[in-house]
Amino acid sequence: MGFESLQHNFLTGQLENLVRWARKSSMWPATFGLACCAIEMMAAGAADFDLSRFGMEVFRASPRQADLMIVAGRVSQKMAPVLRQVYDQMMEPKWVISMGVCASSGGMFNNYAILQGVDQVVPVDVYAPGCPPGPQTLMHAILTLHEKVRTGEILQRRELSGAGASIELSGENRGYARTDAAIRPVYLGTPK
Amino acid sequence: MPSNFFGGFKVSFKQIFEPRVTTSYPNQKRPKAPRLHGRHVLNRYEDGMEKCIGCELCAGVCPADCIYVRGLDNPPDHPVSPGERYGYIYEINYLRCIHCDMCVEACPTEAITESKLFEFSFTSRADAIYTKEELVVDDEGRPKHQPWEDWREGEDLHTSGWMRATAPGGASEYEGVISWSGELGYGKRAPEAGQSDNRDDEATGNFLLKDISADHIPVEFGGSVR
Repeated sequence: MGFESLQHNFLTGQLENLVRWARKSSMWPATFGLACCAIEMMAAGAADFDLSRFGMEVFRASPRQADLMIVAGRVSQKMAPVLRQVYDQMMEPKWVISMGVCASSGGMFNNYAILQGVDQVVPVDVYAPGCPPGPQTLMHAILTLHEKVRTGEILQRRELSGAGASIELSGENRGYARTDAAIRPVYLGTPK
Repeated sequence: MPSNFFGGFKVSFKQIFEPRVTTSYPNQKRPKAPRLHGRHVLNRYEDGMEKCIGCELCAGVCPADCIYVRGLDNPPDHPVSPGERYGYIYEINYLRCIHCDMCVEACPTEAITESKLFEFSFTSRADAIYTKEELVVDDEGRPKHQPWEDWREGEDLHTSGWMRATAPGGASEYEGVISWSGELGYGKRAPEAGQSDNRDDEATGNFLLKDISADHIPVEFGGSVR
């Protein structure tokens, strides 16, 4: 049966593109506000910046219903297992944004109490710099993640970026990963 | 209770006629404060020489230890900076930098200042370490744009507001007195708006936040929100 015999108009698309589009358009973040970055995250969700424009205004209190974890704030050593457990409870596919310098690398708290980068515990997709990042910086990170979701694979989505929880600490890349030309970050283009 | 039931709807429907306050970020940016601390730039003199002398004062004062500088003697035949030494390694880790501007205050040659860019994010840790090639301004004196940064029209013009807002030595009688060196592409810049009257808002791109974001400020504080 060809398309000629169909009586109604319809829309076709690659299933992969539709899945990516659906994932990027309704990404529900889990609440993981730990410090002052959470205030900026709340500001991004409020009316002035309005995260619901991206279909993600519901910060889920339950990790089962969330597919994005925005780690907002410094992660203490005591909080790290909790964070990992919340991450493990989230359903696949799931993504992590490390918001702010404390979550990304410990920031100015270079001491024994603070985890020096949340990517030692969970694999991080996008890092948002700033102390704290403003709502627009968080939205830039979210849009970068959207771009990553839109262009990435739907099944094997996490690329070997040399960073994150799967970091390899052997050989000449010990402790520091060069970005390969093939896995340069996708970027948020200038809007029309 | 029907009256209470409809009372809730009344609150919701009243909001339809209120002015819209949302800044739809990818399409427009909210105006930045004139002295916002954003991504750093390394400035150059008007003749193209770099201002950084590799003294490592910025690295010493940095509370987050995010700056790594190494100085080297200038090559005698083609010096990079005027004077004896120049910074041949200059790296800032933006996953540590808290944008406190202490490096800008410590810098003796006004080499490092902060631009107003704050919309950037990285997908790997290696991208977050800006090297000297990415931080030094280009031949027109503008900051170089990286593909993961979201620059808009005119945002790269005013990159050193905070440094020129206060008196360089801290003494109030010198506020607004031009005592800084010229910059590549701009020459000697006018003072930012400090507490004195010696200011040039046209040249420095200064404005009052109250004027720009009147939609967000209630009427009793001079805005337009009722």
